[in-house]
Amino acid sequence: MTFELVCFYFFGAVAAIAALAVISVKNPVVAALNLVLTFFSMACVWLLAQAEFLAVALVLVYVGAVMVLFLFVVMMLDVDFAPVREGFVRFLPVGIVVAVVMLAEMLMMIGVRTLQVPVSADPAALAGMSNMGWLGRTLFRDFLLPFEVAALILTVGLIAAIPLTLRKRTGIKTQNPGRQVMVRREDRIRLVKMDAVKKGEATP
Amino acid sequence: MITLAHFLTLGAVLFCIAVAGIFINRKNVIVLLMCIELMLLAVNTNFVAFSRFLGDPSGQVFVFFILTVAAAEAAIGLAILVVLFRNRATIDVTDIDTLKG
Repeated sequence: MTFELVCFYFFGAVAAIAALAVISVKNPVVAALNLVLTFFSMACVWLLAQAEFLAVALVLVYVGAVMVLFLFVVMMLDVDFAPVREGFVRFLPVGIVVAVVMLAEMLMMIGVRTLQVPVSADPAALAGMSNMGWLGRTLFRDFLLPFEVAALILTVGLIAAIPLTLRKRTGIKTQNPGRQVMVRREDRIRLVKMDAVKKGEATP
Repeated sequence: MITLAHFLTLGAVLFCIAVAGIFINRKNVIVLLMCIELMLLAVNTNFVAFSRFLGDPSGQVFVFFILTVAAAEAAIGLAILVVLFRNRATIDVTDIDTLKG
């Protein structure tokens, strides 16, 4: 058992246990934090597969952005989770049965031939490049159009999220800073000329 | 030595946990979204493993694109969730039956 294999088992076990916690804990904030742990452990597993760039990207994109978004939404929505938890016990046997059967089928399929595939030398190192250079050459030579489309998808997602959550509320009072800045003296003050009048004297 | 089967098994385990999560958390949209992220992670692990063992960078490039689409999907999904909660004051999937599907 090499050091690599020990690391793999450790990170894999942590990822699986954290994933189990994600689907079983009551509090969604705890679930989101466990999902962070799962992603982090899987990034370590990817490192063992010499996919350094993707491991770092996973931590940056998922742990840094997506999970923070999840946490924001979970904490922002004041959800009462007691009714949402109903049916947890009812569907538990079905879920376990489906998952176990599926896992058995997948393991049977995996175990047929691939168990013997030994670890080969790092293909990027064989080509005399780092993992990032190896990926970058492929990405910008063969996948340039998909790369641009991915950028477009991100832009569309960014823009679409804004009108989705934007709302105009009626029946409330708000400030209009533009009109506040544009206001002139004549709009607010009216000078009236009138004669001085003593108290008790009849007005003319 | 780590073999291809190690990575594929780990991916299969994660995927099955996510499927079980979708079954037992049928009402909570937030946990459903998290389970979908877990599934994508499992699939990405398979891509990385095959890319590594076949010596083909296309697999890892594909993971890159899946990460992109998953990030956009999470952003839109959570935005829809916020709008849904604002309008219905619930995130229970069984209450969302306006379309009578």
